[in-house]
Amino acid sequence: MRSLTHLFFRVLLPLAICLFAARAHAALEIQVTGGAASRIPVALIPFQSAPNAPTPELTSIIGQDLLRSGQIALVATAGSQQPVEPAQIDYGVWRGKGADAIVIGQVVSLPGGRFEVRFRLMDAVRQTQLAGLSFNIGPEQWRAAAHKIADIIYEKLTGIPGMFSSRIAYVQKRGTQYELRVADADGQNWQTVVRSREPIISPAFSPDGQRMAYVSFENKKPIVYVQSLRDGSRRTLAAFKGSNSAPSWSPDGKRLALTLTRDAVSQVYLINADGRGETRLTRSDAIDTEPVWSPDGQWVYFTSDRGGSPQIYRVSSRGGEARRVTFSGGYSVSPDISPDGKYMAYVRRDEGRFRVVLHELATGQERVLTDTAHDESPSFAPNGQLLLYATLVNGRGVLGTVSLDGRTRAKLSESGIDAREPDWGP
Amino acid sequence: MKRILLPMLVLGALAGCQTMGVDDKEAAIEDRSTAKPAATAADSSAATSGTSGQSVSGATMGQGDPRKDPANILSKRSVYFDFDKYVVKDEYRPMVDAHAAYLNNNRNARVTIQGNADERGSREYNLALGQKRAEAVRKALAVNGVQDGQMEAVSFGEEKPRSTGTTEADYAENRRADIVYGDE
Repeated sequence: MRSLTHLFFRVLLPLAICLFAARAHAALEIQVTGGAASRIPVALIPFQSAPNAPTPELTSIIGQDLLRSGQIALVATAGSQQPVEPAQIDYGVWRGKGADAIVIGQVVSLPGGRFEVRFRLMDAVRQTQLAGLSFNIGPEQWRAAAHKIADIIYEKLTGIPGMFSSRIAYVQKRGTQYELRVADADGQNWQTVVRSREPIISPAFSPDGQRMAYVSFENKKPIVYVQSLRDGSRRTLAAFKGSNSAPSWSPDGKRLALTLTRDAVSQVYLINADGRGETRLTRSDAIDTEPVWSPDGQWVYFTSDRGGSPQIYRVSSRGGEARRVTFSGGYSVSPDISPDGKYMAYVRRDEGRFRVVLHELATGQERVLTDTAHDESPSFAPNGQLLLYATLVNGRGVLGTVSLDGRTRAKLSESGIDAREPDWGP
Repeated sequence: MKRILLPMLVLGALAGCQTMGVDDKEAAIEDRSTAKPAATAADSSAATSGTSGQSVSGATMGQGDPRKDPANILSKRSVYFDFDKYVVKDEYRPMVDAHAAYLNNNRNARVTIQGNADERGSREYNLALGQKRAEAVRKALAVNGVQDGQMEAVSFGEEKPRSTGTTEADYAENRRADIVYGDE
């Protein structure tokens, strides 16, 4: 009997609320609203296509990825020669257009509805090959192949690993329905992890990307769950008396920081990933919440109003005195730390506008990155070069990315959806 | 504002029966660390003696559930808070006291106090603000002798707004804690 109950609650129920059908959906708008002066100019020549190849074209997906990074500019290719093999490239033409690198490729139909995708990245100055790969893919891997190619191009040209093959999580509200979704980094190809009639907030990828912690109100109060992204099975991580929220994984994935109210006021606790061994990390008589780990696991940054207004503090993950980090505004919340530990992104209110701010931890120097008014939940890309955040456009929640210099902003938006609470995963 | 005025008028009639055995400041505090078990016990007896007005009104209800009777103060459940304030205002004290008396007289009764916040700013921080409001009401009930096991303070933050607009009046409507009984 006990095992049957166990089976139902631990396995069947979670499966019932999970949908794992991957869907390809209408195009998201990507609006690059600015650009850095020092972007690397690339000629991304449309790949030679094949009958029955999926849409959109691979080079369209690759191009949007590269543009969104803010570190690469695309040279116009229309009306020029469209080489497929290196020997066909007229380097003079592409140098004349200012290209430092040239991408060529082709798609070939294979038996069984599969495709071979070949591409080469050429150095336009030295006239040498920087990278070349071929993929044998099914049509469902079309976008993944494009993101992989974008990652290779980006890494070869910038020396920084790409982030286009990573995934993001967000919550979509449609009518009275909430859906926790996982999608490609460009917001496409989403899958529903959980669907609920009650709110879901604060999704957090585990460091290995295999699990998701989140807060659900389905049991009439905020409870933290951890769900496998592989099989949909779900466990309760924290359902203590009062509210349970704001989960954040330690870099080794063994523990989480979270906010509990079981000792009255909202305080930050640490708990093992199996839901055991909770210990209180912060000790104040004020609000302490929104914990996030530094990448070395040494610090936990969090929001606290102990000084009278919400500000960001940090405390050793072994406990002790907390130290205040932000001083520049009257309302500073929702910290996230870059993968290299050098920067903190957070949301600051200035004259009624909530915007994403980048804070250099060593110097305290800050830069406002966005020009919107209702920004929430900034989250660093796995390579630390972009931030994902939520904002409101015409009263509707949309996801956006912004480069660390603030000059390249893109909106990942799908008509009719209300997206919020993004987290950028591995 | 209407929503607030009506309960105040109802409360006016009962005010004469209330014996406020509880120090207002003590009940309103945000500082949880100062809540001492001894103080709660002492306040409890005072609160019980102050509930005579409530039991009278309960008797006039006959067999009906006093919590469901619109004329009974127990049908009022919402405590509204000023912007950036986490103090149960005096106007709500008779209502909170009445619920405390009910819970003291019905030890099997359970309540959840659900705190809310307006939509501006961080969702998680707003969850903590809603918790602070729920906790203020929980504390006010506790100093009136309600046992910990009968109460749970939780927060919905900005996630379940009663008013979905973006005017100051909408925000005020959502700066609220509701008392919800377990059998409802």
